[in-house]
Amino acid sequence: MRNHNNFIKQLIIGIIVIFILSILINNLTVNLIRTDMGLSFKWLLQPSGFAVSESTVPFKPSDSYAWALFNGWLNSLKVIVCGLAIATLLGIIAGTSRFNSNLLVRFIARTYVALVRQIPLLIQLLFWYFVAFLSLSENPLKIINGILEISNQGVYLFGLNLSLEFSALLLGLSVFTGASISEVVRGGLNSVPKGQWEAFRSIGLSEGDGMRKIVLPQALPAILPGLTSQYLNLAKNSTLAIAIGYSDIYAISDTTITQTGRAIEGFIILLISFIIVNLIITNSMELITSFLVKDTGK
Amino acid sequence: MKKRLFGSLLSIAMVCNGCASLEKSRISRLEVIQNRGELICGVSGKIPGFSFLKSDGTYEGLDIDICKAMAAAFLGDPNKVQYRPLTAPERFTALKTGEIDLLSRNTTFNLSRDSIGGNGVSFAPVVFHDGQGLMVKKKSRITKIEQLSNKNICVGSGTTTEQNLNDAFQEKSLNYKPIKYQDLNQVVAGYLQGRCKAMTSDRSQLAAARSGFPQPEEHLILSNVLSKEPLAPASIGGDQKLSDAMRWVVFALFNAEELGISKTNIDVIIKEAKTNTNLMSLRRFLGIDGDLGNKLGLENDFVVKIIKSTGNYGEIYDRHLGPQSNVSIPRGLNQSYLKGGLLISPPMK
Repeated sequence: MRNHNNFIKQLIIGIIVIFILSILINNLTVNLIRTDMGLSFKWLLQPSGFAVSESTVPFKPSDSYAWALFNGWLNSLKVIVCGLAIATLLGIIAGTSRFNSNLLVRFIARTYVALVRQIPLLIQLLFWYFVAFLSLSENPLKIINGILEISNQGVYLFGLNLSLEFSALLLGLSVFTGASISEVVRGGLNSVPKGQWEAFRSIGLSEGDGMRKIVLPQALPAILPGLTSQYLNLAKNSTLAIAIGYSDIYAISDTTITQTGRAIEGFIILLISFIIVNLIITNSMELITSFLVKDTGK
Repeated sequence: MKKRLFGSLLSIAMVCNGCASLEKSRISRLEVIQNRGELICGVSGKIPGFSFLKSDGTYEGLDIDICKAMAAAFLGDPNKVQYRPLTAPERFTALKTGEIDLLSRNTTFNLSRDSIGGNGVSFAPVVFHDGQGLMVKKKSRITKIEQLSNKNICVGSGTTTEQNLNDAFQEKSLNYKPIKYQDLNQVVAGYLQGRCKAMTSDRSQLAAARSGFPQPEEHLILSNVLSKEPLAPASIGGDQKLSDAMRWVVFALFNAEELGISKTNIDVIIKEAKTNTNLMSLRRFLGIDGDLGNKLGLENDFVVKIIKSTGNYGEIYDRHLGPQSNVSIPRGLNQSYLKGGLLISPPMK
């Protein structure tokens, strides 16, 4: 009986949702026809006629808009994936440092989080790009000879030439998201009973080993959901690339939209490409969660 | 969860019903403006000499004076204008959705934008003939476009600038690397900080930007002109009444300069025209005889109102771009045809 009721409820909700969606789509189509802006995606195959500063796959101006947008999507993906890795590392280091027995380490971690969380990301990106990177001289600053060299023309790291825009965006996104992740990590660690800390200390494990082998695994179920939402934030925040000249998917659709006048189609593509990225992140995080949490025996 | 989804869908639906009521009605936008008693003008707000927000919160520039001339003609008062600063990618959508009445934002007049299959807007006559150029630092010793091969070039995204740059370099089979920023201020910052060897924009904008540099004399605008950039005000397509009114407001500015009618001498000229019935065409132009203004849906003396508020085209130009202004650009093509320029008004009769 309960099941039966549930089914009817779901059916009604389903019908209402479809009804509302059809009103919305109808509304859009009618208004588009009225303003002579009917939807069309044929322009995607036309040559784009613009160059991009940075391409993951080979790109020249005679290639199509579709290829340009795909290139932008790959550029976005590149900065998102690298950003996720660095931000996670930063977040775990800063988060666990809050429990360190050393006062200075605790202080540095707390200052980092406090400072970074209080300044808007856009301003941080503009700072990294226009103030930190662009005011360097043209002669490379050799931090570690042959491994890390920075000039206002780009960054050279382990044989890779990274553009200045990519480096500034990656650094800005990672530092910003790292601070939020460290709070998630700290929250998770707090959820582990104090007795566990005392227990590993009493059996003679070092602070580092205790954290890695005893506390962190138990904190994971509390950390992972918060981590997923920080990852999604990083992916979405990557569109701020446009402020510092990185050719991400948003910057390329911006040019595409002005050249073709196809704002609605452009935004539909933009929305879909972000849904794809975020679905990938959400699903892989779910996979990781089920794998890790099972592993800890919970 | 389902409830929340339902709720959010419902709210989206309600918002979009709001947009549906914005129907393309048969009444002209000109009447909408006149009933509202205010003109909503889309501008840039960031280009000295064309539209620039001053420290006291008011706008000034050639594009702004065009808005004022329109307001004087449509509403009888040049100050009944609400300015909307817009970025380049926003402008046509703002026009199409009716957020603004007209666009006076250094917009290039070209086929794709004018046609129904393109952006479908309607352009008034060109108020500034511009061309895209490149600016370099003098100490780089670059004087020709060929020397920029394989160099970084700072460019604003979402404009025709990007396409022109590409066309110019492809034509000469040169490679280059565009560093794209969203607005001109960032292009300037990137260029000044040495990210790029050159920056590109319309030559008028390069001159305007250079006027704000710490050492303007150390920068050179190359002689290569990459494109024609006729800048014109625009309105939504398919509204003849509004586009006609806009067209003739601009022509009135040109015509007044041709006839030597200015802000300072207009009262004397009106007096003269009123007493001397032989000055037929002048009397028609000033609305003393005939019904030129009424034909456009405006007051008969709309020309007088325009000239009294902004002066003729030459006066507007001198005020914002003349030798005495901060952004001095030689008049060149933007001179009246009587002095060898391109500006000409068809007969106002």
